[in-house]
Amino acid sequence: MRNEASWGLRLAAWAGILFLHVPLALIVLYAFSAEDKSYVFPPPALTTHWFAAAWARDDVWQAIGLSLRVAAWATAIAVVLGTLAAGALARAQFFGREAVNLLLILPIALPGVVTGIALRSAYHTMEIPFSFWTIVIGHATFCVVVVFNNAVARLRRTSPSLIEASMDLGADSFQTLRHVILPQLGSALLAGGLLAFALSFDEVIVTTFTAGQQTTLPIWMLQELIRPRQRPVTNVVAVVIIGLTFVPILAAYMLTRADEGSAQR
Amino acid sequence: MLAVPAPGPLRRVSDLLYGRPAALLALLLVPPLLWLGVIYLGSLLALLANAFFGLDDFTGQVRREFTLANFVELLAPANVDVAVRTVTMAVLVTLACVVLGFPVAYYMARYARGPAKALLYIAVMLPLWSSYLVRLYAWKLLLAKEGAISWLFAELHLGWLLESVLALPVVGANSLSFSRLGTFIVFVYMWLPFMILPIQASIERIPASLLEASGDLGAAAGTTLRRVILPLAMPGIAAGSIFTFSLTLGDYIIPQVIGDSTLFIGQVVYRQQGVAGNLPFAAAFSLVPIAVIAAYLWLAKRLGAFDAL
Repeated sequence: MRNEASWGLRLAAWAGILFLHVPLALIVLYAFSAEDKSYVFPPPALTTHWFAAAWARDDVWQAIGLSLRVAAWATAIAVVLGTLAAGALARAQFFGREAVNLLLILPIALPGVVTGIALRSAYHTMEIPFSFWTIVIGHATFCVVVVFNNAVARLRRTSPSLIEASMDLGADSFQTLRHVILPQLGSALLAGGLLAFALSFDEVIVTTFTAGQQTTLPIWMLQELIRPRQRPVTNVVAVVIIGLTFVPILAAYMLTRADEGSAQR
Repeated sequence: MLAVPAPGPLRRVSDLLYGRPAALLALLLVPPLLWLGVIYLGSLLALLANAFFGLDDFTGQVRREFTLANFVELLAPANVDVAVRTVTMAVLVTLACVVLGFPVAYYMARYARGPAKALLYIAVMLPLWSSYLVRLYAWKLLLAKEGAISWLFAELHLGWLLESVLALPVVGANSLSFSRLGTFIVFVYMWLPFMILPIQASIERIPASLLEASGDLGAAAGTTLRRVILPLAMPGIAAGSIFTFSLTLGDYIIPQVIGDSTLFIGQVVYRQQGVAGNLPFAAAFSLVPIAVIAAYLWLAKRLGAFDAL
């Protein structure tokens, strides 16, 4: 086998990577565009004026605040539920194990529009008014699997003899949990939590069904996409979102680099 | 003799759990099962039940009587059109993702080493996790009539080529951002990372000795690719295609922002429950992608896709 890739393969591979990244780079360029009426390319002039304009916008700040609070609660719930499920499924064999596994995956395997409409009709039937918590419930549901994936991968790589050794040395289950299992699990949980946070912060499809009149950052963005009113401010917000989501994703990658592949969905 | 201290209450709970793994398992499982089983599965089943209800003609309220009328209405030509259009789009998007994604995955798995490999991995993973709406917005900028793609074609003196593509029936329109070709490009862009990662994982797992053996037995590089690598990468391709297929079927935002105004399944479901207020019909229509995906999953399972997830 040759150890060098052919030119054709190299070209096709890097073209694919370029295809994935040119649009993101373009967003950054547009944030500095001085043109505010159309999407003309190349921008006629560059300015940082719109960053200041976006900074002064109350509606944008409120949307960011709501999204951050929702993501924090959804992540907290997902970390608890995902870790418990991982603890149950990592090694034990029991009747219905496959069914539980399927139930965990279902919220991201089914189209978001189905999850959204199901939750909305359930709220409606039970006469629950839309609130902060109706959004959180929807987000937590599909975030569980992300935490679960990371935690279960780490638990399967952790040797069970560590736990036995801890017990043999006289620790009880809680001490073993606190001093042996949790330190092993820590970075995987942090990575899963970060990804869950990024997922929730960005979610729009389920949110449109469970938010009522509330505006999360993605919903603000969606309104601008359908009816553009303030293009320059939208450009700046888009760059801010890219920045905000890259941080947790890269951090999660660094944390799980050791156990290869567990950061994949 | 060593004095054994009397066990504290915590210790007793601990011993109890250690002695009964089933109790521990139940304790671990109950909270996630309550959440997903009651809130999520409960909502899904309620939705399913709604599909068998109808609307009262006078009040517009949901009438809780068993009827199959929604499913009969699904067979109306307009609705069949929507389903066929969406499934066709999903199939084409999946094929395009395989063609574009395979070389990237192959290069990542076989040739990239060290920092270059880490960089490539991040380069594929970042778009996968970064904002869906921002990436969609980027394409609105790119595909606009005055946007970067038109500019590029004009600079290369290929404006006529773009014009003639846009003049084609069905896929064309007066600008890329209002054409079905635009919708297709954006779908491919959005789901491409979901295809690359599982293919890469499956190629990564092929032992190098297999490829050496194929070469030693006289196969040219192309033959090895076709007869050894492709069949072994098949589970990865199938796994990736589950994502590209199912995500395309359920999406209602991309065709709303980029494309001509023909409807896809997700949009019909969204409109029926929202503007039209016809939850029962929306519920029945949302069973279409679920049924298609279930059939697809069954097929993918036979191809061994779940070993590569």
